[in-house]
Amino acid sequence: MAMPDPIIALENVSKRFVKPLDAAEKIANLFGAGLSEQVVRAVDNVTLTIAEGEVVGLVGESGCGKSTLGRIVAGILEPSAGTVRFRGRALAELSGKERRAADLAIQMVFQDPMASLNPRRRVVEIIGEAPVVHGLVRPAEMDAYVCEIMARVGLDPATRRRYPHQFSGGQRARIGIARALAVKPKVLVCDESTAALDVSIQAQVLNLFMTLRQEFGLTYLFVSHDLGVVEHISDRVAVMYLGRIVELSPADEIFRAPNHPYTEALLAEVPRLEPRKKRFSALKGEIPSPLHPPSGCHFHPRCPFAFDRCKVDRPALKKIAPGRFSACHLNDGPEPRPGKAFSDGEAVAA
Amino acid sequence: MSAEASSLPSPQGRGTQGGRAMTPILSVRDLVVTFAIREGVVTAVNGVSFDVHRGEVLGLVGESGSGKSVTGLAILGLVDAPGRIEAGSIRLEGEELIGKPERELRRLRGKRLAMIFQDPMTTLNPVLRIDTQMIEAIRAHENVSEKAARDRARQALLKVGIPSPEERLTAYPHQFSGGMRQRVAIATALLHRPAVLVADEPTTALDVTIQAQILAEVQELAAESGTAMVWITHDLSVIAGLADRIAVMYAGRIVETGAVADVLERPIHPYTAGLIGSVPSRNKRGVPLAQIPGMTPSLAKVPPACPFNPRCPRASVTCRTIMPEPTPYDGARMARCHHPLIEQAPAAA
Repeated sequence: MAMPDPIIALENVSKRFVKPLDAAEKIANLFGAGLSEQVVRAVDNVTLTIAEGEVVGLVGESGCGKSTLGRIVAGILEPSAGTVRFRGRALAELSGKERRAADLAIQMVFQDPMASLNPRRRVVEIIGEAPVVHGLVRPAEMDAYVCEIMARVGLDPATRRRYPHQFSGGQRARIGIARALAVKPKVLVCDESTAALDVSIQAQVLNLFMTLRQEFGLTYLFVSHDLGVVEHISDRVAVMYLGRIVELSPADEIFRAPNHPYTEALLAEVPRLEPRKKRFSALKGEIPSPLHPPSGCHFHPRCPFAFDRCKVDRPALKKIAPGRFSACHLNDGPEPRPGKAFSDGEAVAA
Repeated sequence: MSAEASSLPSPQGRGTQGGRAMTPILSVRDLVVTFAIREGVVTAVNGVSFDVHRGEVLGLVGESGSGKSVTGLAILGLVDAPGRIEAGSIRLEGEELIGKPERELRRLRGKRLAMIFQDPMTTLNPVLRIDTQMIEAIRAHENVSEKAARDRARQALLKVGIPSPEERLTAYPHQFSGGMRQRVAIATALLHRPAVLVADEPTTALDVTIQAQILAEVQELAAESGTAMVWITHDLSVIAGLADRIAVMYAGRIVETGAVADVLERPIHPYTAGLIGSVPSRNKRGVPLAQIPGMTPSLAKVPPACPFNPRCPRASVTCRTIMPEPTPYDGARMARCHHPLIEQAPAAA
């Protein structure tokens, strides 16, 4: 791809989760029940690059694999197939010190700070432990270092001896961010990091993310189901559906003129701050079970434009315009499907 | 419209019919709910008043701890110890609900009054099949045969967009997806065409696509049966497309009410303006959001006078000493603020 020097590059990354047969099922198979292992392709052949300093938003419905992909990027999950590269080097091939350096450079901020912060440790330990263990600061300097980081994320350093439960939700989110920042990362993977917050607090945390991006030159992979949030902070947006990226475009273009019918439907459903009685017109049905994804294009059973080919052929993610990619057979027609122009949630008929 | 603006909070203009004001289907006046906790008695709802008319949707907006959910529970008479309805009046079709014996309340709940919650898994009984639960809900209020009740349950499921309802009736709640479960809860709540439906963040846990489907269905069903709705949410953008009127709550009080368009386009209270500014949207892309500093106050330590004063950019000495009273504005609006964002209408006599 033309992107110069991506900091993160995913190449044909897949993640399968397999539920092996239990004893009873194995016995049943001896009698010819013909049961097979259940396999979920949470991430299915995804290729994505993230440039240095870029904010990439990853959106999709529950169960589309966006969190799994985020975890693969953060190095928490190993991909079943494919390569994850950090600054051009495959993570799987790195060993020892180099791998650790790469792992530290990519940090994750989770959705629920109460589940990701140890309730029995003080904030100073939560934030300060990793940098000390990894030799980034000397133990004697930990306290001062933690104070500095806390001040950066808008926490009062005087509260560093407290436990997580003594903080509000918004402050806990900041602790989670401070912990990630403490090891001087280059990339932050944020998995629904503002989803549990009140709007006024969410606005504060989003602003903090933007400030930190400039201060530290951070790169973000922002995983969220909230399209408003993603639209606000992302440079590029990747839309996932059942393990696959169906559209990847610069944020302003994807929101102005979505190409993939799924993106279009998804955007139409976003409630907007418009004081107008809206007819909520619904995308029919729900996301199918990833255990038995539909054949061909996964979206075809819900797609209003589906035709025969969609049921058999898997559409590839193809370039449709400079910097824009979409996986839809409609783009292969004699005339490429023009992106529908959207003005404030209303489709303008051509 | 201006003739009735003198009573507070003013009902919407549609209230006049043939010269006299139509009585609201639900009328809440000066509701006070307290909770006795270890730190003392905290006031979760502090003098809340509003009206909802037939077929109308009132959006009750606020952040965590603003008292919006407690207000909803109070309408259903579901405030349990250590909570207590301290004062006020809640009238359903003119009938006072506060102080009613539990037996009579139970006759109303599920029949005239219904509620849907954020998490349908806590609404539905996990060890009973859907048909058992829905048939019970029907037969609790109407003397119909089991077969007729089952028939109605099936129709209700079909109406909320559940495919093959006959089959789904015999399923257990855990066999449904989150969106489907919420549909079952909504179908059950609307079985008796209630006069008032209180919805407490029912779509917050759902994906946008499912949220849109459910909003569409609820909108249609409520319009069909004339059910009035109190839609409790922290998400202004859900309310924007759904409600007729908005009431914004902060620290137990309604700080602003008005028609949706008025409140969202020309907010009076700085808190409302702050909430609107906090919502990420296309026209604010890339620029920092107008954030409200600080956080919602703990109910045990509500700031004196105007509770919003420590976070308010317009706060003055007055705001720290005198509680702003509900003040009427043009267009049947109300706000409690010493320094409103729009000029006050000349005081109506």
